[in-house]
Amino acid sequence: MTETSQETGPYFGAFGGRFIPEALIPALDEIEETWRKSQVDPEFGAELHELQVSYIGRPSLLTEAKRFSAHCGGARIFLKREDLNHTGSHKINNALGQALLAKRMGKTRLIAETGAGQHGVATATAAALLDMECEVYMGEEDTQRQALNVARMRLLGAKVNAVTNGTRTLKDAMNEAMRDWVANVGSTHYVIGTVAGPHPFPAMVRAFQRVIGDEARDQLREATGGLPDAVLACVGGGSNAMGIFAAFLDDPEVRIYGFEAGGEGIESGRHAARFSGGRPGVLHGSATYILQDEDGQTRPSHSVSAGLDYPSVGPEHSFLHDAGRVTYEPVVDDEAMEALQLLARTEGIIPAIESAHALAGAMRVGRQLGPDAVLLVNLSGRGDKDMTTAATWFDYFDEGAVQV
Amino acid sequence: MTGTTARPRTGAMLDAITAAGRSAALIGYLPVGFPTVAGSIEAMTALVDSGVDIVEVGLPYSDPGMDGPVIQRAAEQALAGGVRTKDVFAAISAVAEAGGTPVVMSYWNLVLQYGVDAFARDLAAAGGAGIITPDLIPDEAADWLAASDEYDLDRIFLAAPSSTPERISRIVSASRGFVYAASTMGVTGVRTSVDDHARDLVARLREAGAPHACVGLGVSTRDQAAEVAAYADGVIVGSALVRSLDDGGVPALSDLAAQLREGCA
Repeated sequence: MTETSQETGPYFGAFGGRFIPEALIPALDEIEETWRKSQVDPEFGAELHELQVSYIGRPSLLTEAKRFSAHCGGARIFLKREDLNHTGSHKINNALGQALLAKRMGKTRLIAETGAGQHGVATATAAALLDMECEVYMGEEDTQRQALNVARMRLLGAKVNAVTNGTRTLKDAMNEAMRDWVANVGSTHYVIGTVAGPHPFPAMVRAFQRVIGDEARDQLREATGGLPDAVLACVGGGSNAMGIFAAFLDDPEVRIYGFEAGGEGIESGRHAARFSGGRPGVLHGSATYILQDEDGQTRPSHSVSAGLDYPSVGPEHSFLHDAGRVTYEPVVDDEAMEALQLLARTEGIIPAIESAHALAGAMRVGRQLGPDAVLLVNLSGRGDKDMTTAATWFDYFDEGAVQV
Repeated sequence: MTGTTARPRTGAMLDAITAAGRSAALIGYLPVGFPTVAGSIEAMTALVDSGVDIVEVGLPYSDPGMDGPVIQRAAEQALAGGVRTKDVFAAISAVAEAGGTPVVMSYWNLVLQYGVDAFARDLAAAGGAGIITPDLIPDEAADWLAASDEYDLDRIFLAAPSSTPERISRIVSASRGFVYAASTMGVTGVRTSVDDHARDLVARLREAGAPHACVGLGVSTRDQAAEVAAYADGVIVGSALVRSLDDGGVPALSDLAAQLREGCA
C-alpha cells in the first residue's frame, strides 16, 4: 500500500486543494515555502523541540487506564495524555509551530478561530510568549458555553471577538477570521487550528501534531512490546486525530477509528457527523465532506462539545474515509457524557467533552475486540473548561449556588 | 454551440461601450432573493432601466467568506426567505429580457452541488453571459473551464493586488470576458476612498494581455465611479447598491444607479 502517512497535499485523493480568494494565494504560497524550509532547517527543529520540552511539557505521558478497561470489554486501554500539555490540550503543538513560522515570515500579528476555545487559548499563549499581537474569533454561542476560555484569552492579552453571523459557532468564526486575514495579510498570519482550510494547512497542521503519534508509538512499544490493535481519536476538524493516526497509517494491522459528534443522533438531524450525514463539497478552502442541504448551503452542526461542532472536516479524513483506511463512527452526546463521567470515576482523570467521544468509542471498540486487544486512545484535552456543561448535564450544582 | 443566438456576452458589451465613446461600463451586484425573489428581480431590472450595463446576480450563500456585513446580512435574509439555487436562472432571464447583460456571482460549492455542467447549461439557456467565481482560482477550475467552453460562457476570475506576475498571466489566460480586479485587499463593502492599488492592478492585467479589466470592492459614489472609469473598462458596485435597496427600496436603488452611471459616462 502507498505510504499514506507521507501525503503532502495539496490534494488527498479527490479532496483538499485551495478553494480560496486569489488575494490569499500569495500568502498560502509563502506559508508553504517557509514551512517546507523549516522542516529541513535544524535551527527551526531545535527551537520547536526546545519549546516542546521546556514549555509544552513533552513528551506527554502514556497512561494505562486499568479500571476504565473494565468498561471496555477488558481491553487494555492506553491514554495519550495531551490533556497534560501546557494550556490543556493538543492545540498548543500546532499553535506554537505556526507562531514560530509566522515570526520567520516577519508577521507581527496572529489571528485564530476557535470553537471550544482551546485553540484560541493556545494561540493567545504563543502570541504572549513570542511577543505578538493576537485576535481570536469565536462564535457568540461558544463564547457563552466556553466563557472561562474567553477570560483566559483576554488574560493572555488577546482580543476576543464574539461572532454574531450565521449560526454563531465555529464555522462562522472561521469565516470572520478569513475576512480579517484577507484584509490584513501583510502583517498577519492566520493560525488555523485544525487540519482543515486550504493547502498547506491540512498537511502542515498534521505535521505539527504528528509528535503525538510518534511519541505514543514509542511509548506503547515500551509498555507492551508491540503496536496497538486499534488507535482511536475524536474528530472535529480532526487535528488531534491526524496527529495520532499519522504514525500508524502505514501499519495495515492497526485498526484506526475516528469518532465524530453524533449530537442528539443522526436521525434527529442535530449532529456533526459529516461521514454519516454529509457529502463531498467545498467549504473553508478545501474539498471535503460537509453537512449541507440539497443546494450546498452549509447545514448547522450540533454537539454538546463545542470543539466538535463543525460542519466540515479535514480533507485527509475524507480521503482516509473513502479509502477505507479509517473507520468513522458517530458518538452521541449521551454516550460521550457517560464516558466522561466514567473516566473521572475510574481513573481520576476529567477529560474534555471532545476527548470523551473517543473514550466512548473505546468502550464500543474494546467490547468488539475483547480483552486481548490493546487500544491507544488520544486524550486530546482536559475537561476543566467543560465544568459548567458537565455540572448542568449531571445536575452537580447546588440549587442557587453562585461562585464568587 | 450557442454562437448564433443573441445571448449577451460581457466582452462584446465592453467593446460596444468603448466604441460608443463611454469611459467605462457600470456593473451592479444584487443578491437574488433579497428582499424576496420577486423583489430582487424587480430591483435588477430597475438597475438595467437606470443604465447599469452588466448585472451581477449574486447567489446567497451560508458562508460568504469574501463579503462584508451589508451583503452578508442580505444573503442571510434571502436564505431565511427560502431562496434556492434555481431562482438565479429566473433572475438571469429577467435581466436579459430587460436588455442588460447578466452574469452570476457565486461561491463555488453552490455551482458544484448543482452540477458544474448542469449549471453552465441552465445558465446559458436562461441567457446568462458567464460566472464570477470569488473562491475558485484557475488552478482548481478544470471542470468549469470545460463546461464554460461547452456552453460558450464567460469565466470571470479575480485578480488581487498581491497576485504575482505568474499568477496574473495564469488568471488572464484562463479568463474570458473580463478579469475582476479586486481593488483593495479585503472583502466587499463601501469604502471612503478607492485604493490606488486598483490602478496598478489594471495596468498589470492589461500588460499581461487582458482585453478587459473591471474594478470592484469599494465604489459607492458617482465621483469614485468616475475615478475608476478613467482607467478601468468597468466599475463594479455591490454593497452600496444593496444598502440603498435595503434603506430606500427600488426608488433609492434606481437613483443611486443613475448617479453611478453618470460617473461612467
